[in-house]
Amino acid sequence: MAAERVIEIEGLRKSYGDFEAVGGINVHVDRGEVFALLGPNGAGKTTTTEILEGYRQRTAGTVSVLGHDPARGEHALKQRIGIVLQSTGVDPFLTVRETVEMYGGYYPSPRPADEVIDVVGLSEKRDERVRRLSGGQQRRLDVAIALAGDPELLFLDEPTTGFDPSARRNAWEMVKNLVALGKTVWLTTHFMDEAQYLADRVAVIANGVIVAEGPPSSLAGRDQMQTTIRFGAAAGAPTPPELGQVADGKGALRLSTNQPTKVVHDLTGWALDNGVDLEVFEVSRPSLEDVYLELTGGEEGTA
Amino acid sequence: MIREIARQFRFTNKAFWRNPASAFFTFIFPLLFLVIFTALLGNSTTTLPGTTVSIKTSTYYVFSMAAFGLISACYTNIAISVVFAREGGILKRLRGTPLPARSYLTARVAHATFVGFLLVAITVVFGRLVYGARIPGATDSLLFILTLLVGAGCFAAIGLAVSGIVPNEDAGPPIVNAIILPLLFLSGIFIASDNPPGWVNFIGRVFPVKHLVDAMRASYLGVPFHWSDILVMAIWLVGAVVVAARTFRWEPAR
Repeated sequence: MAAERVIEIEGLRKSYGDFEAVGGINVHVDRGEVFALLGPNGAGKTTTTEILEGYRQRTAGTVSVLGHDPARGEHALKQRIGIVLQSTGVDPFLTVRETVEMYGGYYPSPRPADEVIDVVGLSEKRDERVRRLSGGQQRRLDVAIALAGDPELLFLDEPTTGFDPSARRNAWEMVKNLVALGKTVWLTTHFMDEAQYLADRVAVIANGVIVAEGPPSSLAGRDQMQTTIRFGAAAGAPTPPELGQVADGKGALRLSTNQPTKVVHDLTGWALDNGVDLEVFEVSRPSLEDVYLELTGGEEGTA
Repeated sequence: MIREIARQFRFTNKAFWRNPASAFFTFIFPLLFLVIFTALLGNSTTTLPGTTVSIKTSTYYVFSMAAFGLISACYTNIAISVVFAREGGILKRLRGTPLPARSYLTARVAHATFVGFLLVAITVVFGRLVYGARIPGATDSLLFILTLLVGAGCFAAIGLAVSGIVPNEDAGPPIVNAIILPLLFLSGIFIASDNPPGWVNFIGRVFPVKHLVDAMRASYLGVPFHWSDILVMAIWLVGAVVVAARTFRWEPAR
């Protein structure tokens, strides 16, 4: 069965006066996918997302979300999507459950409020007033509200910005739960590990254009890039086999290879045969972060 | 649509009473002022402006404060709370849900009207019990309710229009009050002046505050009622809706 296109973007442009926030991007998302738009602040993530959500009008290009043009603000589309904006508020004087019930009531077939509250892990706080929730809990409530109408497609705009590491872990588990429910997720983030952990597919956006797209494991040919091996033995050890290594300037040797398995085998075999203790031994593949920094010009400090 | 509005009304109502600041200021001020003004100005009698009907000063203030209550509930409260909801991102979030804007706004205005009616009722009953505010003629209940409805709609619409020109949350209360307070003074809400200068009379005739309190007093006390009062408020209502449609914003200024 051919994958169903949930989001289809072609040649999308958005200008604010002379400034082009989005400079002609093509992206698609299939049903059941978690898609991450990754990029530094100001790269055009939120602009793109808000065009998909119907908050902004595009300057040029075509956009289809669940078969609708979001710019029309159609009721029929709003009933099928859930939105977690980068920053939003809720009435501070309602309880968690009342809030989820209120928003659920706007949709034709809402999920039971208690169920949604459980999914985001706010069960303990269901009768607490919103104003008494912590920042992380309010963010979960944002997600609960977006889920209240049982949407097919969920937009998460930087869902974990400002979270401490354990809160982020929890939020990730929450998103994994959504995937298990069969939702399609459009996620924006500037955290590499978040995209890597959650997304089936990632597009890296920088200065309004997409500079790479693919599964996190092979993004921008990451899987074909050479593996770096760094090693060093105690002084006076015999000379290692010639594998293309050079001194790395920190007292160890470094080499790059397309055949890491073989090279590691050769190296450790040589060490065992000669009774050499490898005091330094590191094998590293380019991380998604390396790829990202290279693609976005390394200007992002928060990565 | 009606069910949608009723549902939204219930949630708005729940949140309103749980917010101590808004409930307190909306409800306490009119009664507090009523007590202060009657204490200061005594329980003497005064002649209703433009008539020969003589009423107690407290009776005069009961309607001034009832009108003040209605204006607080509809204009002040709507303008400030809409700015709060907008700057806090509540309106933007709502915009992304299937709830139609008209249902949300109708529920808000209906709730403000409900609070306004409650305030008028409390003020009138309080005035009667505590000061024995006496009614010289027969109350025309239908006219009184019509006056309150048109007044509530008029001031709620102005509140929505004003919310659009308030740039951010901090500017809300000062701007909203700076618009209404001088008008309340110039319209004889706080101080009844027998012989105000011409420009004060002019302000009273142009803006809707004096028309509201005059129409409330006339219909309630059974003295000659001027339909021009209703007309002026209706014109303001329509004008404010037109302005609000242009100035109203769903997203925070940022």
